[in-house]
Amino acid sequence: MEFFFQLALNGVVVGSIYALVALGFVIIYKSSGVLNFAQGEFLLLGGYVFWALVENHAPWPWAAALTILFSIVLGLALERLVLRPMIGEPIISVIMVTLGLSSVLRAIVLGIWGTDTRPYPELFSSAPVMLGPVPISQGYLFSMVISAALLLAFTLFFRYSRVGIAMRATAFSQEVAQSMGISVRSIFAISWSIAAVVSALGGILLGALRGGVDGSLAVLGLKALPVVILGGLDSIAGAIVGGLVIGVLENLSGGYLDPLMGGGVKEVAPFVVLVLILMVKPYGLFGKIKIERV
Amino acid sequence: MRCGDFRTSYQSDMAVFDSDLSRWLLAAFFVALLAFPAVATSYWLDVASRVGIATIAALGLNLLTGFTGQISLGNAAFLSVGAYTTAWLSNKGVPFVLAMYLSGLVSALVGMVFGIPSLRLKGLYLAIATLAAHFIIAFVVTHWDSVTGGVNGTSVEPARIGSFVFDSDQRLYYIVLAAASFHLWFAKNLFRTRMGKAFIAVRDHDISAEVMGVNVFKYKLYAFAVSSFFVGVAGSLLAYQARIISPENFPLSVAIDQLGMIIIGGLGSVLGSILGAAFITLLPELLRLGTSALSGQLPTLVQIFAALKLGVFGLTIVLFLIFEPDGMAARWHRIKAYWKLYPFSY
Repeated sequence: MEFFFQLALNGVVVGSIYALVALGFVIIYKSSGVLNFAQGEFLLLGGYVFWALVENHAPWPWAAALTILFSIVLGLALERLVLRPMIGEPIISVIMVTLGLSSVLRAIVLGIWGTDTRPYPELFSSAPVMLGPVPISQGYLFSMVISAALLLAFTLFFRYSRVGIAMRATAFSQEVAQSMGISVRSIFAISWSIAAVVSALGGILLGALRGGVDGSLAVLGLKALPVVILGGLDSIAGAIVGGLVIGVLENLSGGYLDPLMGGGVKEVAPFVVLVLILMVKPYGLFGKIKIERV
Repeated sequence: MRCGDFRTSYQSDMAVFDSDLSRWLLAAFFVALLAFPAVATSYWLDVASRVGIATIAALGLNLLTGFTGQISLGNAAFLSVGAYTTAWLSNKGVPFVLAMYLSGLVSALVGMVFGIPSLRLKGLYLAIATLAAHFIIAFVVTHWDSVTGGVNGTSVEPARIGSFVFDSDQRLYYIVLAAASFHLWFAKNLFRTRMGKAFIAVRDHDISAEVMGVNVFKYKLYAFAVSSFFVGVAGSLLAYQARIISPENFPLSVAIDQLGMIIIGGLGSVLGSILGAAFITLLPELLRLGTSALSGQLPTLVQIFAALKLGVFGLTIVLFLIFEPDGMAARWHRIKAYWKLYPFSY
């Protein structure tokens, strides 16, 4: 039983980070209808920039703040230079442009920092905290708290802040939003910045959990896809629930099935779930259902 | 001297060659390809074979994505299905052409299974479903040791017809040339039949297609089958060329490369599939030539070659999408149109 709790708890921790990355997907999708396949590279870039800053003796809160600033600029620049010309293009072009973007960003990271794992400084003491019967490392606890705080902050942001409401209006209908005096362009730009920022924070947290960053961080961008499909591509609550479910599921299936099937179950299980969900409930648990029959 | 297109019948509109000149030019190009091994080194023959194989695969993807409008990110996996089927069959002693087409069929079946979600899914959701197909097939490939050899991979017997063994670059080149020509011919003519036109109707507007008597789901499944068949044949040729295949030959980036080919070449264009496949396959080769030429002045260039390759690839796709979204085929047609009316073009 303790094995189960340990796995489930790990799942919740990883899942809360998935939820953060998924939040990035959802924010962009909700406002502009683009699914950003370069999300994983935002994660990667954030993780490396933070590492580079810490390596150059920036105290880590400052490094985190500068990474956020960097991500805001990155999101704004990409939206302006790459995504804006794509408005009105067919969906395959938009998918491909984000895939192309992901190649470019990965190439930049590879060109500057190479393929070696870059170790993170020890941010937390390794002494575990007891959570009931289950020991949990301080780093895990910290990541979970940060993720939860961020998710809560964004939920409140979308519900009460002026910009957040404008973003929801844009998601509802771009024409109507425009006619109510909302600048749809700046909403797109803001949503790309927010997505870049949450991904970069996810990258930093993952780097801290794993003890360093390397190229495999980018794969997590793809792993968030099952999360958003489960939760619904346009639902923030869905991203949170989906993240936790997929995180727990992945750890449990890995823990119990890996010895039977010889490894790798953890990687594939979310995608099996994804296919099943797509067949049964294509718009996810909380997604807006678009009925269109042929 | 021609000075424009004057088509007065449906037949002339559907003709593959719009003039005798284009027929002769194509024949001349084909003869040049036949003569290519006489002048090329073994390295460039290998590159040419890879272009041919990529052409078949890109054509398959274009059938599905460009002509039928179903986005697929699962092509690397379908390619691996074809390649592993060939590896298994060749080790069982199945002759070459049969093995190639059986691989195509197996791949087509797998493609149809993963095409079933297309009944309910469109656009983005379908792209994600096929992405999941990639990871699931890759998992099966690495874990089904008895057939695929797991992570270590498996070897492939060389292709042979009778006692003639296709084991040199030159001989393989001719196989690939023959296969690529045949499949291009097939695809070009497919779009003059009911099936091909139904594909295009599904892409352009699925509801209208259904109203006009095209069974959308049936034709979507056909599109998945034909597309995966082509990709499976390409995978089979890839296996014969590589001789040893392992999961490392089929990462997700292969699927992205192929999408890049049809985007750069031109969606919904047979010519575009060739141009795109040639472009994306030659790009790293030309970069390699470029960096080794500059290695004297800029030694760091060689060190970051992998990053350079990736970056140039991504940048090419992004720039094409922004500045030439219809691809190289559209540009080619514009150039042709310009010369057709020269010097009175507008």
